[in-house]
Amino acid sequence: MASGPTTGTSTTGGPDLVETPGGAQPGPKPAGVVEREFTVAVRSQRQMILRRFLNHRLAVASLIIFIALLMGSLIGGRLWHYGFADRTGDYSQPPSLKHPMGTDDIGHDVMALVFRGAQKSVQIALLVALLSTTIGTLVGAVAGFYRGRADALLMRFVDLVLTVPSLAILAVLASVVGSKAGGWFFVAIVLAGITWAPISRVVRGVFLSLREKEYVEAARALGANDRRIIFRHLLPNALGAIIVNATIVVAVAILTETALSYLGVGVQRPDTSLGLLISDGQGAAQTRPWLFYFPGLVIILIALTVNFIGDGLRDAFDPTQTRVRA
Amino acid sequence: MSRPLTSATADAHGGTAAPAAATAVGHEAGGDAVLRVTDLTVDFPTDDGVVHAVRGVSYALSPREVLGIVGESGSGKSVTSLAIIGLLPKTARITGSVRFRGEELIGLPDKDMRKVRGEQIAMIFQDPMTSLNPVYPIGWQIAEGIRAHHRDVSRAAARSRAVDLLALVGIPHPKERAANYPHEFSGGMRQRVVIALAMANDPDVIIADEPTTALDVTVQAQILETLQKAQQETSAAIVLITHDLGVVAGVADRVLVMYAGKPVELGSVDDVYYRPRMPYSIGLLGSLPRLDAVDQDRLTPIAGAPPSLINLPPGCPFSPRCPLRQGVCDDEEPALRQTDGQAHYAACHFSHTLESEDGVPEGLFSATSADFSGPIAIMPPTGAVAPTEGPQS
Amino acid sequence: MLAFVVRRLIVSIPVLLLSSVLVFALVTFSGDPLADLKAKNPPPSPAVIHAREHLLNLDKPIVTRYGIWLGNLVRGDMGRTIAGTDVRSDLARRLLVTARMVILAMIFAIILAVIVGVISAVRQYTALDYTFTFAGFLFLSMPVFWLGALLKEILAIKFNDAVGRTVVYTVGDSTPGLTGGFFSNLGNYAAHLVLPTITLAAISFASWSRFQRSSMLDVLNSDYVRLARAKGLSKSRVMVRHALRTALIPLVTVVAIDFGAILGGAVITERVFAWHGMGELLITGITSKDTNVVLAWLMVSAVAVIGFNLIADVLYAYLDPRIRHG
Repeated sequence: MASGPTTGTSTTGGPDLVETPGGAQPGPKPAGVVEREFTVAVRSQRQMILRRFLNHRLAVASLIIFIALLMGSLIGGRLWHYGFADRTGDYSQPPSLKHPMGTDDIGHDVMALVFRGAQKSVQIALLVALLSTTIGTLVGAVAGFYRGRADALLMRFVDLVLTVPSLAILAVLASVVGSKAGGWFFVAIVLAGITWAPISRVVRGVFLSLREKEYVEAARALGANDRRIIFRHLLPNALGAIIVNATIVVAVAILTETALSYLGVGVQRPDTSLGLLISDGQGAAQTRPWLFYFPGLVIILIALTVNFIGDGLRDAFDPTQTRVRA
Repeated sequence: MSRPLTSATADAHGGTAAPAAATAVGHEAGGDAVLRVTDLTVDFPTDDGVVHAVRGVSYALSPREVLGIVGESGSGKSVTSLAIIGLLPKTARITGSVRFRGEELIGLPDKDMRKVRGEQIAMIFQDPMTSLNPVYPIGWQIAEGIRAHHRDVSRAAARSRAVDLLALVGIPHPKERAANYPHEFSGGMRQRVVIALAMANDPDVIIADEPTTALDVTVQAQILETLQKAQQETSAAIVLITHDLGVVAGVADRVLVMYAGKPVELGSVDDVYYRPRMPYSIGLLGSLPRLDAVDQDRLTPIAGAPPSLINLPPGCPFSPRCPLRQGVCDDEEPALRQTDGQAHYAACHFSHTLESEDGVPEGLFSATSADFSGPIAIMPPTGAVAPTEGPQS
Repeated sequence: MLAFVVRRLIVSIPVLLLSSVLVFALVTFSGDPLADLKAKNPPPSPAVIHAREHLLNLDKPIVTRYGIWLGNLVRGDMGRTIAGTDVRSDLARRLLVTARMVILAMIFAIILAVIVGVISAVRQYTALDYTFTFAGFLFLSMPVFWLGALLKEILAIKFNDAVGRTVVYTVGDSTPGLTGGFFSNLGNYAAHLVLPTITLAAISFASWSRFQRSSMLDVLNSDYVRLARAKGLSKSRVMVRHALRTALIPLVTVVAIDFGAILGGAVITERVFAWHGMGELLITGITSKDTNVVLAWLMVSAVAVIGFNLIADVLYAYLDPRIRHG
């Protein structure tokens, strides 16, 4: 990589390199050389993305903390020696070795409650991210690739979803499904029903601009069908935008879920969630601050690390924003 | 300032020939140079390392002279011009000297530099589609440039001068068109507007950075004509930056060829075109379609690509692509030295071997490029403006 | 321009109708609005229940009920609540309360976001930029209700204690039982507005300042700003007349898109500060399955969103000649 013809393509950093090469035509290349060139370029691009992400120290630290939070929230509740529904017999205790986050007025261990709440929040957020990214990508891909009537119809629907204040729809829907058994699952589906819309817009935009590119024309000329063009040629190029948006969805989903629970229409008692815990704890913020601070800090930590990871990914996929340009 | 001309990498041999060359280059335009660039270097710190974008550029521009600066993408020609008017990003590290009529511009505070920009040195950028602010009418933008330097000119007077300038650069119905926004013009028309803007304050120097590159071939010749007209009107000296030797041939008096951030050949258009003394220049000429060479049956590209400017190995940066390469080329970077003519300089260890040939040695590159099978970067043969007329002035 | 506005208004009617159908169906199927009445002890007589059902048209088929609602709406009547009060008069009073907070918060957030975004962009990669960036991400990751509760329970109460009297109010939109006209109570309104406005503004401010920063960076790196500098204009003139003027245009769209989310945020903020605004109406409407109330909220909000987007589009066209002529 240090010398030879490939350095020209892998070091996009130099100023002046964006000058349009006019009518440059590549010289005749033997097939073997083309193949080698191509694989080198692909690998180096992936490496560049990875390296740029690793250079973003805040994002890497966030990733580590987020993974720790994820592990903690998903299995921490099982390992912790109090269940979230246990009455410990210690009432309104401040944080201690026995109860690191204290207890509430009916003897629940706050640590156990926070574990349970974080578990619900993370489960919901991950499911929402999965569902809404899938739906949003599909809708955006179809709209951007086929354009015409399908595009118009789908985008009007997206407009509708975006026009109506989504919290109202979510609140109505969540109030219907939240009290059902396995409520968190339905809350996630309801959230995904709203959050796919912005993703579909992003993917559509990428597809609209990419489908006119020469290499798509070339693929079509070589006889590739629509599915192959979408999945092999277009989707990989939209991947950066999709992944970055998926991280945004995770953060939005966590915050929205807690908001719904706070309003009393999300996760229902006897189960608990971080939003419910804050709702209960806010009146005690002065007298028993641990009831208010710990659930809030956990939400902020999850959302903050996810946002930083997203920022690092954005920089890694699209370095033009951060690099020195002349 | 005492940095040798050749020496971004040459610590082992920061030597005797280089300052001599610098002096020679500095003096060749005499004492009345309107713009004198000496030992200019520009470094950019990036994620991947320090990019040595400009590694020691010197030239002197005489009044009313047209100097063509030619080189591939990344050779540092645009960065040089931005350094001259002080518009590089703050991260850029600049050393060397730029003197406008004897006044040092490097390190000048912005409020003083501002008086030079537009008034003394005007700029024309590459892409007319993005050079004009989309939210203001073009006449307003020209008038703004006038009033930036002449507060005593009334708005109405500035506006009517803007209309005159638009007429001068060939915009039809200038009075009505002055109220139009940039998006209502074609690319060629927009570049005329940018040229009008550059003329607005009768500058002494106009730096045109690839003024025709983004335009259709048919429009390129018109823009060059407009540029020449601008020179006649303002009597300005012009630095014409391009990667297209064809553009330079028709317009320039002298040519400076740049490679990997350094000048590799400097001379009159005739010197460089008919007696090139640096293999890179020869390669550039070989990839240019010529109307006067009847026996030329194909263009000969230069094999390989320019080196990365981050970790430049010692030696001549062109040596990996050079057909004359010898051992010394990989050890020592050649200085820009006077060659056969009075004002003809080249940076090549073997420029003397080229002196025996008169004219462009046709076979120099075709032999080597045939057995080079890697990806080939060539100079874009956009030179539709063939060198039919000789260098004017 | 007039034709454009009229066309947009006509296009938005189906959107309004469709979302009302959606919400009508949702709320209607979400449960029995008279469940509370029926659960009373002693149970009311069937005649009483029947009379109430008749009053609320609950004895008619759902399509007929929607027709009645729509017919009334066209005549400016939004129907009655389950308790029998007139929805419209209640809504009108609450609309003023909520609008006060929303408009003030938006103005506050826009001004602050522009200032911070521009400073951040101009001072890119300085300590100030990093501080603003981190603060932006922090606000972006903070649940509205947690921030509100934090301001209310901790900061405001401490501040009032320190001053020795109530300077900023933490509960309600005004002191109950105020006499006198609107202007004589302005001070009281303002003291109640401080905290909710900050809370509601904080979230939008975070994302808008990030957006303004990147928009400003784009423009600062643009060729036309470089040419403006090359013309010899002063730095401040380039910043204000060329960079800021152009960089503000995209913010208009973003603010318009976020308007629905702000209305959602207002619902939560009202809850935190116990305001009797539209948000409270929505939440009581949802929990009591009161279709007319939820629909009234939805209609007012959706009309506000559509109207606001329309204003944004007109403003955009005014600011950007490319749209104006296109």
